[in-house]
Amino acid sequence: MDDGLFCSCVILRLYCLISRDICNRAVLVANLAPVTALVEARGLVKVYAPKDRKSEPFTAVDGIDFTLHRGEVFGFLGPNGAGKSSTMRMLSCVSPVTGGTISILGMDAATDGRAIRSRLGVVAQDDALDNELTVRENLLIYGLYFGLSKAVASERASELLQFAQLEERAADRVSALSGGMRRRLSIARSLLNRPDVLLLDEPTTGLDPQARHILWDKLYQLKQQGVTLVLTTHYMDEAEQLCDRLVVMHKGKIVAEGSPRQLIEAYASREVLELRFAVTAEAAPADKIREADLCHRLEVLPGRLVCSTDDGERTLAGAHRLGIRPDSAIVRRSSLEDVFLSLTGRSLVD
Amino acid sequence: MSEQLALRSARVVVTRHWWVIRGANPWTPLVEGLFEPFLYLMSIGVGIGTLIGHEGRVIAGGYSYASFVAPALLATSAMNTAANQTIWGTWYRLQFEKFYDSLVTTPLTTTDIGVGEAWAATARGGLAGICFLGVIAALGMVHSLWAVAAIPAVVLIAFSFASAGLAVATIMRELHHNQYVQLVMLPMFLFSATFYPLSVYPTVVRDVVAVLPLYQSTVLARGLTLGRVGSDQVIAVAYLAVMGSGALWFACRRLGGLLAL
Ligand SMILES: Nc1ncnc2c1ncn2[C@@H]1O[C@H](COP(=O)(O)OP(=O)(O)O)[C@@H](O)[C@H]1O
Ligand SMILES: [Mg+2]
Repeated sequence: MDDGLFCSCVILRLYCLISRDICNRAVLVANLAPVTALVEARGLVKVYAPKDRKSEPFTAVDGIDFTLHRGEVFGFLGPNGAGKSSTMRMLSCVSPVTGGTISILGMDAATDGRAIRSRLGVVAQDDALDNELTVRENLLIYGLYFGLSKAVASERASELLQFAQLEERAADRVSALSGGMRRRLSIARSLLNRPDVLLLDEPTTGLDPQARHILWDKLYQLKQQGVTLVLTTHYMDEAEQLCDRLVVMHKGKIVAEGSPRQLIEAYASREVLELRFAVTAEAAPADKIREADLCHRLEVLPGRLVCSTDDGERTLAGAHRLGIRPDSAIVRRSSLEDVFLSLTGRSLVD
Repeated sequence: MSEQLALRSARVVVTRHWWVIRGANPWTPLVEGLFEPFLYLMSIGVGIGTLIGHEGRVIAGGYSYASFVAPALLATSAMNTAANQTIWGTWYRLQFEKFYDSLVTTPLTTTDIGVGEAWAATARGGLAGICFLGVIAALGMVHSLWAVAAIPAVVLIAFSFASAGLAVATIMRELHHNQYVQLVMLPMFLFSATFYPLSVYPTVVRDVVAVLPLYQSTVLARGLTLGRVGSDQVIAVAYLAVMGSGALWFACRRLGGLLAL
């Protein structure tokens, strides 16, 4: 065996590896360099036609603007009926916009629907899996819908089965899967075309805590890989954990926008003091607290007073001085939930 | 170019349906498509045929009465198999499963979906028809080389009813509307010159029956298996082609409205 030849081979191989790496990196940098908007929505409106003669047209999305950048995780936070799904369906070029424009990946959603959809991944609110096919077939056929060859679809299906931790269930009918598995399959399926943007409509609604945490891990993994994620949710912890930036939607409008931290700073006081009472007697202490001007905002709930304040302990001491004796008192940092509730109201009306 | 793309996308929908059949039992649908017409053929074609004897031969132009009934059943088997696929299969997926919601987020368009559904149903109906054609040929009920042309003819019949069924599926809102479908399909089967020629009817009824799609299909199939081909068959081909493409166009438009909300 000629050692010299062997050596030069190894060096050649190494060189190839390194240079390829450099190339890749160059491409990566080129991709990242211009921080252009990936999605740009202007004056977006969705009006649903009346179902019958008696009803009125319904405005589900009422003139919203937003811009998404490559690599970020963007959230739509809002109560039921806020118009999140309607917005997502317009973004996924399924539902035609009633007014305004969406530009996605430099294309116009109104005219280039097919081309845009080929580069999006969509996880709908109800998984909409193909119940008549097996888990693996669900992935394969989705690849074919996107125009992939069978070989490529098959290779990616295997990778994604692993990603979704569904390898053992590959040959099972979809109807035999649990809710969490279905959602993971749904996400795996949306990744078959290696999308530039992944749209997830309430990805963890209806899942148990374990399944939610697994899913968050998966989404975090995707975020690390640089996939741009757009998600809707009405879970604050989800928005806080995953989103770089979010908008709060209420009745078809955007009522606030920013990072979770910014929103808390802008729309909530630093701390929250919660005083609990027996359900019968809450009006009197509320009035006392208001008169003494102990907090920025006071919310009266059954058996509970929620005071927004800069210093919870001081407010509590003040309450004690007024002779208020709650059953229990909690001081906590403000959360996104407080922002959400102050912006959209306590009652989650549909 | 865009048509090519559309057909390629529509074909994937057909592939999906094939996978479902393959995953279950691929023979079931074929047996389903053959069983019923075969029973009619035996009981009425052969049974009643024996009873009416010579009269039957006169109707069939000298051949057995069963040879007269067989092509009508051929048209019916293509019709039923194809129409059931869309009226029930597509309708169910449209109403109760979120199936198409996951398709519209792919590059497929609602037209691709409509064409794919019609195509898959046409394939099933056409296949059932071709198999039944084989059965009646084996039983000696085919009397002309024109019968080779019955192969594309049953595919055309299947296509026009698959599309018509698809149109129905996009209109039908509730399950109990299936009564109306039955109310049309069964009388059409019984009275479209299936078991006796049009000449038994008074003129008014003749004109009504003559515009029924199953009557036109029967005229086409019968002309080809008995070797009596003329302008009637050309008219039937035109009729079915127009009905099929018109219904498909309508169905695709309706699908667009239903799925792209
Ligand atoms: N296809 C539709 N036709 C009529 N109204 C609709 C339709 N889809 C949604 N809506 C209405 O639009 C509003 C917003 O719905 P949606 O976008 O699903 O909100 P969210 O996802 O935030 O809960 C709701 O009041 C809902 O009833
Ligand atoms: Mg929703």
